[in-house]
Amino acid sequence: MRAFSYQRASSIEEAAKAAVGTEGAKFIAGGTNLLDLMKLEIETPTHLIDVNGLGLDRVEPTPEGGLRIGALVRNTDLAADERIRRDYALLSRALLAGASAQLRNRATTAGNLLQRTRCPYFYDTNQPCNKRQPGSGCAALAGFSRQLAVVGVSDACIASHPSDMAVAMRVLDAAVETVRADGTRRSIPIAELHRLPGDTPHIEHVLERSELITAVVLPKPLGGKQIYRKVRDRASYAFALVSIGAVVQPDGTGRVAIGGIAPKPWREEAVDNELANGAKAAAAKLLANARPTEQNAFKLTLVERTLSAVLAEARG
Amino acid sequence: MRFDKPATTNPIDQLKVVGQPIHRVDGPLKTTGRAVYAYEWHDPNNRYAYGYVVGSAIAKGRIKSIDVTAARRAPGVIAVVTSDGVGELKKGKYNTAKLFGGREIQHYHQAIAVVVAETFEEARAAAALVKVDYIEEKGAFDLAAAKDTAVKPEEGGSDSAAGDFDAAFETAPVKLDQVYTTPDQSHAMMEPHASIAAWNGEELTVWTSSQMIDWWRTDLATTLGIDKAKVHVMSPFVGGGFGAKLFLRADAVLAALAAREAKRPVKVALPRPFLMNNTTHRPATIQRIRIGAERDGRITAIAHESWSGDLPGGGPEVAVQQTRLLYAGENRMTAMRLATLDLPEGNAMRAPGEAPGMMALEIAIDEMAERLGHDPVEFRIVNDTQVDPENPERPFSHRNLVACLRTGAERFGWQDRSKQPGGRREGNWLVGMGVASAFRNNLLVPSGARVRLDREGIVTVETDMTDIGTGSYTIIAQTAAEMLGVPIDKVAVRLGDSRFPVSSGSGGQFGGNCSTAGVYAACIKLREAVAQRLGFNNAEGLVFARGEVRAGERSMSLAQAASDEVLVAEDRIEFGKLAETHQQSTFGAHFVEVGVDVATGETRIRRMLAVCAAGRILNPITARSQVIGAMTMGVGAALSEELVVDKERGFFVNHDLAAYEVPVHADVPHQEVAFLDETDPISSPMKAKGIAELGLCGVAAAAANAIYNATGIRVRDYPITLDKLIKGLPELS
Ligand SMILES: Cc1cc2nc3c(=O)[nH]c(=O)nc-3n(C[C@H](O)[C@H](O)[C@H](O)COP(=O)(O)OP(=O)(O)OC[C@H]3O[C@@H](n4cnc5c(N)ncnc54)[C@H](O)[C@@H]3O)c2cc1C
Ligand code: SF4
Repeated sequence: MRAFSYQRASSIEEAAKAAVGTEGAKFIAGGTNLLDLMKLEIETPTHLIDVNGLGLDRVEPTPEGGLRIGALVRNTDLAADERIRRDYALLSRALLAGASAQLRNRATTAGNLLQRTRCPYFYDTNQPCNKRQPGSGCAALAGFSRQLAVVGVSDACIASHPSDMAVAMRVLDAAVETVRADGTRRSIPIAELHRLPGDTPHIEHVLERSELITAVVLPKPLGGKQIYRKVRDRASYAFALVSIGAVVQPDGTGRVAIGGIAPKPWREEAVDNELANGAKAAAAKLLANARPTEQNAFKLTLVERTLSAVLAEARG
Repeated sequence: MRFDKPATTNPIDQLKVVGQPIHRVDGPLKTTGRAVYAYEWHDPNNRYAYGYVVGSAIAKGRIKSIDVTAARRAPGVIAVVTSDGVGELKKGKYNTAKLFGGREIQHYHQAIAVVVAETFEEARAAAALVKVDYIEEKGAFDLAAAKDTAVKPEEGGSDSAAGDFDAAFETAPVKLDQVYTTPDQSHAMMEPHASIAAWNGEELTVWTSSQMIDWWRTDLATTLGIDKAKVHVMSPFVGGGFGAKLFLRADAVLAALAAREAKRPVKVALPRPFLMNNTTHRPATIQRIRIGAERDGRITAIAHESWSGDLPGGGPEVAVQQTRLLYAGENRMTAMRLATLDLPEGNAMRAPGEAPGMMALEIAIDEMAERLGHDPVEFRIVNDTQVDPENPERPFSHRNLVACLRTGAERFGWQDRSKQPGGRREGNWLVGMGVASAFRNNLLVPSGARVRLDREGIVTVETDMTDIGTGSYTIIAQTAAEMLGVPIDKVAVRLGDSRFPVSSGSGGQFGGNCSTAGVYAACIKLREAVAQRLGFNNAEGLVFARGEVRAGERSMSLAQAASDEVLVAEDRIEFGKLAETHQQSTFGAHFVEVGVDVATGETRIRRMLAVCAAGRILNPITARSQVIGAMTMGVGAALSEELVVDKERGFFVNHDLAAYEVPVHADVPHQEVAFLDETDPISSPMKAKGIAELGLCGVAAAAANAIYNATGIRVRDYPITLDKLIKGLPELS
């Protein structure tokens, strides 16, 4: 870990200003991802701006009938929130399927969205990795890629996005609210938050360097049957091989987003339209452009079968 | 004390303390954080410095240059030690690769420098500034690819044969010929390797985390080129080891070198990734098993061959060991072949040999039973043997495998198992049951102890035995209490210090039996000294009970014997030829029920049972803990544990506990353990045997067999992850 300076911001403006004014500055929320990466010098911020004191830790109703989730709401608190459990059960389940109780107590809504990949080569600074060190190559392509992505990948990087929460947010069409250093605010649909790797896998999202996430907004409840199914090697405390978030209405229409198979929570509207025709058809559409490695090709079958189980559960 | 005749009745047989369910005596220290582990030793008079290890970034090759200029200039840095600076170090007897690499790199993360600073954080930051220029060489990293280059290992014992296997197999009416693979595995214990070293002139003291004090002491002296008498090793508490701490490791060597350079005590802990690539691991195996049998189920021919790899100078994984002994059959052969691999050093991990060997053999037995149309429990029973099948004149000291299988089948409800694979479904779960025998040899290692009695009647035991979470403190206290007739709270046990008599140490499941037998020997001497001091010369029928010594009408308090002067006795148990005349092994049966998700192929264990026949159980609580811990490790071996080899770059990729998946609580279901009530007087005066590794041997195969029973899919390649099942699962509607 490199030495860094530390500042506890007391207002959103102060945080955003500090970020733009200090080269190498980064926000820190729960720190459960950032600190690990700093210890390994995968992230080397020179200045940390602690955003825990900004009062962004509330869940409030919106005039549209949805909920505004403060960026600093802890995963544990969000999963336990009565309104989330009642109206967005999928989100609560996704959160509880992630990490461990101790980590969820620290982890925040914004931090969870921006957590970085679990590709093992990304974590080993001796290995080539385009995401960590642009241009150095991708060791995973010919190496251990069982956990990694099959869609949305590029020749430069096949990393998968590890978040469970983000998959649920994608199904729910959440929007990410931010503030920039000049004080301007914007709202980014979750579908547009993360970028695909292309030739620049080190650029993972559309936020500017000093842009602070203040909240994630959920539209009004969708109703329907809400399912989050996470498939993993052990029963708990493991990242998803494949996960499926689904909302299915009584008439069989619905939406699904898939985790563990792409650099971002994966959802295609065309696939949603195929759901009524069953898992096989929907999975075929979803995976039409898949580019698996030998080691993770099983995910194609796994997506189809898990989707089939999810749709059966929704019907049942 | 030389143990060369079977034990007769002795004070241990009273079982007033030994054999009782006594909670571990060091429990309160551990649950309240007062047990001091290696890295935590703190003497306020010392200013500790912190060392951070630099590991090789390549798997094989040479170092062209190391530039430590930037590291030396970094804040807080006291010293940077590279192997260039300390000259050529010797290699310890038990190490295959060098613990401090020189110009030549033998494996990934081999230690090549240690940076010493005022704080841990400064040392770590400076370590990242060490610049190394390598010349990379091609290496061999893929066991399957290297298999054909494997050779007969140099040390003997790699092959065995009896009868004429080839002829008998050829003519057997029912046959099996299959290949099984087991992956590299990591010990993945909680406490990483850690040491503090302090020099006092020429004298070196090391607080470390070691299973074998004397091996460490000897190898540390050898490595540093100093007199063993000048080395003092302390390791009273160990946060798990599973074999990873049998042999001296880099943390101790680097701490000693760093402390010499820094002229201060230095702490060095190996970061978690170093556990996988810097220390040892259980080597992967490829195993071929052939079995021929008569239609009535009797095995007539059995062959087990195993291939594994290691660095030059290393040894094979002895995965065929159990097949020489477990089942009858007149015609048999085993063989082990060793390939050269440039991966980190392979070495012992809990039940070396039998753990991976049983993973293969016990699937093969299940497959064979199916081919014969026999019940797998009955098939094993039919092929029981009471003698070493390769040397039939050599009986087992005590063998009750059959009772384990029968008791287990009864308790587990084996009769409810579906005879048809894939025949039982509950909701989305395909449910199956599997069985495997458990087998692990009982090893005997000399062990010494010193006992003292003071005027308060307190008995203090000192031995360099270690407690790696197993319960040594407790069973040693029980032994001394039984022998001297005092309550357990009158016994103090001091372990893990090289100033104490050399013990068996903790390994190979020999520690429990052997170290208590050593304490027994010392206590016999102390009893003699007490008797003499109290004037019970040559008294027959002397009884030590309730803090008193009694013969007939005469009775004196035990403490009285030490009223003038502390009484001290020291002895060491040594084992004679009984291990040659009798095959000593431990037995059991594992039963596992699994559910396999019909859609995803996720396997979840539903319940497990182990029935063990392992001689006298010295303490049913600590023994059960060992067995359920081992069963849990077996779940990992069956379902998730694999060090993944990057065959291009030559290292274990998943080198942390997020990616190397050991079971978590949610994976560990209802576990039951039963011990058969037995003694083995041929093993030791304690009449006990090992238990800690037996609990692992066979578990993974029982799970594999249960998965087969649930799904009809036979996986012969561990771990059995869902990607190996998913193609064979039923069509979904
Ligand atoms: C062992 C382990 C297992 C895990 N298992 C799972 C799992 O199964 N599923 C899962 O989904 N996750 C899992 N996680 C990941 C965990 O959910 C994330 O680490 C956590 O959500 C990150 O949140 P945080 O608040 O701690 O983020 P931090 O570590 O504080 O920050 C992460 C990133 O977000 C940025 N950031 C934080 N807040 C803001 C903000 N307001 N505006 C802009 N940028 C911001 C930071 O600068 C940093 O780059 C696991 C983590 C660990 C360590
Ligand atoms: S997949 Fe991406 S993160 Fe992994 S090694 Fe390749 S470039 Fe790096």
